[in-house]
Amino acid sequence: MPAKTYVQATINGEHVDFLAEPRQSLLECLRDEIGLTGSKEGCNDGNCGACTVVFDGRIVTACLVLGVEAEGKEVTTIEGIAEGSTLHPIQQAFLENAALQCGICTPGFIVASKALLDQNPDPTEHEIRFWLANNLCRCTGYDKIIRAVQDAAVKMQEA
Amino acid sequence: MATTKQFEPNMVLSNQEYDVVGTRPIRPDGADKVTGRALYGADFDTAGLLHGKMLRSPHAHARIRSIDTSKAEALPGVQAVVTHKDFPQDEGAGGVQWSRDNMLASGKALYKGHAIAAVAASSPHVAEEAVGLIEVDYEVLPSTTTVLDAMRDDAPILHDSLVTDELGEKTGKVSNIAQHFQHVKGDLAKGFEAAEVVVEREFHTKTVHQGYIEPQNATALWNNDGRLHIWTSTQGSFGVRDNCAKMLGLPVSQIRVVPMEIGGGFGGKIDVYLEPVAALLSRETGTPVKLVMSRADVFEGTGPTPGSYAKVKMGATRDGKIVAAHAYLAMEAGAFPGSPVSAGAMCVLASYDIDNVLIDGYDVVVNKPKTAAYRAPGAPNAAFASEQVVDELARELGMDPIELRLKNAAKEGTVRADGPSFPRIGCVEVLEAMREHPHYSAPIEGPNRGRGVAIGFWFNIGMRSACNITVNSDGTINLTEGSTDIGGSRASIAMQAAEVLTIPAEDVRPTVVDTDSVGYTMLTGGSRTTFATGWAAYEAAQDVRRKMIERVAGIWGIEPDSVELEHGVFLHRPAQVGSAPRQELLTPETRSAFGRYVPPGEEGAFDRPQSEAEPELQMTFKELAGQLGSTGGGVSGTADVNPAGVGGSFAGNIVDVEIDPETGKIQILRFTAFQDAGKAIHPSYVEGQMQGGSVQGIGWAINEEYYMNADGRMDNTSLLDYRMPTSLDIPMIDTVIIEVANPGHPFGVRGVGEANIIPPTPAIANAVHDATGTRFNELPINPGVVTKAILAKK
Repeated sequence: MPAKTYVQATINGEHVDFLAEPRQSLLECLRDEIGLTGSKEGCNDGNCGACTVVFDGRIVTACLVLGVEAEGKEVTTIEGIAEGSTLHPIQQAFLENAALQCGICTPGFIVASKALLDQNPDPTEHEIRFWLANNLCRCTGYDKIIRAVQDAAVKMQEA
Repeated sequence: MATTKQFEPNMVLSNQEYDVVGTRPIRPDGADKVTGRALYGADFDTAGLLHGKMLRSPHAHARIRSIDTSKAEALPGVQAVVTHKDFPQDEGAGGVQWSRDNMLASGKALYKGHAIAAVAASSPHVAEEAVGLIEVDYEVLPSTTTVLDAMRDDAPILHDSLVTDELGEKTGKVSNIAQHFQHVKGDLAKGFEAAEVVVEREFHTKTVHQGYIEPQNATALWNNDGRLHIWTSTQGSFGVRDNCAKMLGLPVSQIRVVPMEIGGGFGGKIDVYLEPVAALLSRETGTPVKLVMSRADVFEGTGPTPGSYAKVKMGATRDGKIVAAHAYLAMEAGAFPGSPVSAGAMCVLASYDIDNVLIDGYDVVVNKPKTAAYRAPGAPNAAFASEQVVDELARELGMDPIELRLKNAAKEGTVRADGPSFPRIGCVEVLEAMREHPHYSAPIEGPNRGRGVAIGFWFNIGMRSACNITVNSDGTINLTEGSTDIGGSRASIAMQAAEVLTIPAEDVRPTVVDTDSVGYTMLTGGSRTTFATGWAAYEAAQDVRRKMIERVAGIWGIEPDSVELEHGVFLHRPAQVGSAPRQELLTPETRSAFGRYVPPGEEGAFDRPQSEAEPELQMTFKELAGQLGSTGGGVSGTADVNPAGVGGSFAGNIVDVEIDPETGKIQILRFTAFQDAGKAIHPSYVEGQMQGGSVQGIGWAINEEYYMNADGRMDNTSLLDYRMPTSLDIPMIDTVIIEVANPGHPFGVRGVGEANIIPPTPAIANAVHDATGTRFNELPINPGVVTKAILAKK
């Protein structure tokens, strides 16, 4: 059994510490060590985007980051998107636009969409499609997801 | 009907309006799914949980001489290793030996990825290390991985015990052809004699995968009291229970299956792969054991949909009447018999009323994973062939392809070659909506662009479902049912109960429960859930409605049949006239007065000379719910249904493409999907089914395939190399929901999950032909294939 490393990080605004084996991905640490199972494993090689998190301001797939690399970093997962009991406008837009069917890709899409709208509040349809191209959805055909992000962008600008 | 409608990106051509049905409430499980709180199978955790991994065959076909697990067992942290020997070794019920063989191989590995052994250990990494320590002595055998190769007399044989069933007779011939069947209608030879134009083409499709984002998973606890508990992502918890009972030799009552949230299925999560093996590991260790597949496991170890060969010949008279058709379909079953060729044969020519038809179907085993259902299984392979031949016929006849289809469209009373006569169907209405849609008349501007159309039919299924409803004291209801919710079915089921009880959809709290907690419910598949489990909810709500009306009648001291429930309010509505029995009053003239409350004196009001309604006798559903405890106790309703009256669904596409002449890339410029929903209970999720099925079809048409190498192994087992459509690859998918009510359902529901994946591949192929003049008869039509065709023309 390999020795574990003590890791301290800020996850969803809270100080978190955990023990990680060197071979454990950040995704495994989030899910198995910290209990944040909202980030999903669809492929474990960075191609599906279901484990998308914000890692020191950049979106990454948590399956391609080692848990020990989170030392001293700030991580935002799907569990950190809502503000208390109030859903984020993107989450609300996903519900109102029926932008999810099975919902397994939804956490990754919402984290990625928030990162987009945080830096580009008024994206074109093409910009949304380009930004979300690393997040696979097999249920919706993307139509309602794109519309939800467009809807959220309008509402966030009005707010 | 469609001519006067203004078409918008997404629209519903409605047949009837209701209060709740047809509206778009927020789904009841939504908040959990946008916050990451919803628990899917792999999220399940419990005290003492061990983690399992599978050893899989590196060979497409190999005899297993021996398996040595001793080194794996000696690794610290390993708790158990199981192989096929750990299954009961009895004969078992029909087909169970092949089922067990597919879980864990016995004598031979039949495909690359075939599970050989499984380990339970303290962590997934330890289990993975242990898998690498298992030693298997293989005798590698020649393999066969495509349907036409496997049908040859000199092909490597997968099963020495498999003899061909030829038109219902066992031939005694050992072969990879498990079955050849036929559907015959009329006289094919005579039909072709009458034909003035005949088109015959051959088609090939590759293996593709359902591509759900969540890999298979299962956690099992074989408890000390002998009861087996299973937590899993499945399309059918009762099917898991049945399959595990058979394979493990247990009575079904000894097994409880808890359906976790499921991350997509599309047919691929009907069969079991991990559950019985997790159970064996739990029996060995006495602890819960979780197995989760990797993405490569999913591609190599779970059912894809078949590669196939089809030959379709059609003959028509000059005026465009199709008079004869022959479809020859051969589909890969994978390593064990049971391809979807039977379903493909039911659908291949079902859109058309043709007098003389022959359909040949061949079910063929190959060295690939056992195929599983994938959204209208078999039908897209078949329609890729037949809908291109129809397109060719239209060109030969100089007819508009929609007009040719309309002229030959199946309708009520049309007899299919496989036997059934159609009830009321919407084939004509779908085609008419396509013809009238502005997409069809929009100009196609620019070079290398083309437009194609196609339609498809899927029969849908009914079968058993159950539902329980209890009334809460605040007037809301709890609804429990057994259909896994893959795409919003909690909402569409709850809305049907709400409609019956005349309460808002938000007042229904639906929960998908385990196999101990609701009556037998068949799988979420076959487009049946909103139809059949929705019907169970309708009946359970009727049960509640009756009991609530009896209660309020008791409180008021009047007869229950003089109480109605409308818009959430119980009303006194005397129905008696003298001593005439009620049914005699229900003439067509009076029925509307009973069905809908009309104040006395207004038009349509029923004359009630002897007994006036007492307007003070009113009570809301919520008021009565609050009084249940003090007026005799709670009210609950239940229903088990097994509905006949299934209504098949037709779908159609209009698609515009542009071909890049340099790279061969096909760009989808515009895509409009049409489907007859019967009744769209929640139109947003009906549109979602249409859009999702369309995009899966687009992927199938232009990108997706299993690249099989010369050794029979799949070379592209990642989501990078198995290229499913991304958001950047496609445009918005416009939808038109057509509602031709299914007379076999209380709200006219047909079911919409599947038919939408049938037309995309031929519609795109027809569009590419329109753009390039080249007929592509193989899937996928990827850039390499297109470039080759462009170069060959130069």
